[in-house]
Amino acid sequence: MDILNALVAFANFVLVPGTAYGAQLALGALGVTLIYGILRFSNFAHGDTMAFGTMFVVLITAAMKSVGISFGPLPTALLALPFAILCTMALVLITDRTVYRFYRKVKAAPVMLVIVSMGVMFVMNGAVRMIVGTDDRRFADGERFVITARDFKTMTGLSEGLAIRTTQVITVVTAILVVAALFWFLNKTRTGKSMRAYSDNEDLALLSGINPERVVTITWLIVAALATIAGTLYGLDKSFKPFIYMQLLLPIFASAIVGGLGSPLGAIAGGFVIAFSEVTLTYAFKKVVTYLGPDGWAPDGLVQLLSTDYKFAVSFAILIIVLLFKPTGLFKGKSV
Amino acid sequence: MKKILLATAASTLIASASYADEIKLGLMLGFSGPAESLAPDMAGGVRAAVKEISDSGKFLGGTTVALVEGDSTCTDAAVASSVAERMITSDGISGLIGALCSGATGAALTNVAVPNGMVMFSPSATSPSLTTIEDNGLFFRASPSDARQGQVMAESLLEKGVKSVAVTYTNNDYGKGLADAFESSYTEMGGTVTINTSHEDGKADYSAEVGALASAGGDVLVVVGYLDQGGPGIIRAALDTGAFDRFHLPDAMVGSSIEDRFGTEIEGATGQVPGSDSPGGEMLVAIGEANGYNGTAPYAPESYDAGALMLLAMQAAGSSDPQVYKDFVMGVANAPGEEIFPGELEKALDILAAGGEIDYVGGTAAELIEPGEAAGSYREIEVKDGKIVTVGYR
Repeated sequence: MDILNALVAFANFVLVPGTAYGAQLALGALGVTLIYGILRFSNFAHGDTMAFGTMFVVLITAAMKSVGISFGPLPTALLALPFAILCTMALVLITDRTVYRFYRKVKAAPVMLVIVSMGVMFVMNGAVRMIVGTDDRRFADGERFVITARDFKTMTGLSEGLAIRTTQVITVVTAILVVAALFWFLNKTRTGKSMRAYSDNEDLALLSGINPERVVTITWLIVAALATIAGTLYGLDKSFKPFIYMQLLLPIFASAIVGGLGSPLGAIAGGFVIAFSEVTLTYAFKKVVTYLGPDGWAPDGLVQLLSTDYKFAVSFAILIIVLLFKPTGLFKGKSV
Repeated sequence: MKKILLATAASTLIASASYADEIKLGLMLGFSGPAESLAPDMAGGVRAAVKEISDSGKFLGGTTVALVEGDSTCTDAAVASSVAERMITSDGISGLIGALCSGATGAALTNVAVPNGMVMFSPSATSPSLTTIEDNGLFFRASPSDARQGQVMAESLLEKGVKSVAVTYTNNDYGKGLADAFESSYTEMGGTVTINTSHEDGKADYSAEVGALASAGGDVLVVVGYLDQGGPGIIRAALDTGAFDRFHLPDAMVGSSIEDRFGTEIEGATGQVPGSDSPGGEMLVAIGEANGYNGTAPYAPESYDAGALMLLAMQAAGSSDPQVYKDFVMGVANAPGEEIFPGELEKALDILAAGGEIDYVGGTAAELIEPGEAAGSYREIEVKDGKIVTVGYR
């Protein structure tokens, strides 16, 4: 029995990566959920909005580095983030004015808007690929690790290492700050309250003098900020590739739906549920079990429930289960 | 009517007359598709060898050789087959060089070349399945089978004292073929493969895959992946989580972008790429410059050798009939005989015309083994001070 080593191995391969991934999914799902709550459609272009935002970050970071600006031990990308958010805000507002506003005016059915957003998705995806190319881009700089596996081993004398990357810490800290700010905005400010009112009951909100165009604009601005932050954190932590964000769409939607579409709290919970299910179900527990079992005994197999190839299938399966048994999600959102 | 008949008769006469002093050779490579960047230099290699022989005036009593080129694509079996079909039935080629990828090669061979009795010579197909394919002695390749690379890899790791490894491969024919070949050789020689699992290319995050590999354990992680695809992602995740710090890299993982990305982080990593210390490779640099292609690009030397070997076999047989010269390919490629290096094809033609024997060395130290594929020599590499250096040949 070696509980400490088992715990460290578990933390290194499940807890730490799962937490960071969960935070990234949660931020993405918040954007999807806000659009669904206020504009009442599933925004398939969200993944590529994230890609677009991250692309701005990549470009601005490169420009900053070329003139010698850096952020000490932290990634320069964090300095570029505010500017990139402004660019993305401009982008989504242009998209809203040129595309979505028309369909709002004609009161198009939500299904139509979903298809429209798909079109937007392909256009955005193509634009990103044309601007930065399809290659893998790493734009993280500064200190890579808070603690490396090797340092941890020498520090504690354990045979298992625990590595914590700077980007993982940044991801979690940023996510907490952003979520706190968002909830403060939604619950305490007048604009936030008007947004919630609009989401709860559109007609009543209109009667009490809330300007719908203003609510929509503010929603897009918030979503642009969330998408850029989520995309950048994911890109920093893993790597930036235009196609990746399209693939992320599935787990993000799964998170939002599991949590309950339209419920911000649900989006966060959903993000972590999906992230941890994906990581835990595909992790091979052989090492952990070996440490926990009697000395000198090791399981023959890998003690892995699903091959890592089925990672996306996990979010799909959870999505279907939730839709079948609890269509409104864990936090009583709108049913799909 | 008379006129037409006359014209037809005349043109037939001309055609048959030109047939006597010109033969056609088909060249089909994957000019489009996932390996398209390799094709131009490979075509350059074949053209250089054909031109050298054709211009010498000594090939089959002054016969010239014309190339018919076509795009076989890399994986589209239907396209590869129809291109080969057209070359054989309407262009009337005497031999077919190609294809680039194992998939296209296998399709064209079984569907077209074998039924038509045409000799097919691939410069670069490495799939182990082509070794056992039913070919009536018509198929040759200038590249070694990946079964051989798996064996070389197993030997080299065991000699270094590595007794247990984890293997991850890119999820396609190349990756699976090589990983399985390696596993069977390695376990046969007494090593242990703790896990042999695939990874998908083009993902941003490989921590889950590395988690499974780490759980299985092993002294070295063998990454059968692509240099610009998932391979570096796997290495990065393994380094970050401290799961592995020693790596072994097969051919598709060795290149300068690995140095750029990891440098000293993967100090001591080992690997192998096809290559030999034969002086022939150096000679191809000048030939490449003269013919406007990169003579040392991947599989360009093999292409030159494929073109040269096919034509030299015809010279040895004294015939461009596939059914006749197919039995002479192994003879010109292997000892005994005078060693022939690139640029010495004219000398080889003379020797063969006089009834002598040659041992074609070419750009890759070509040595064909049954059933007509390169024996395969590999250059072993190691990462020292963040640079890939050659440590030996095998």
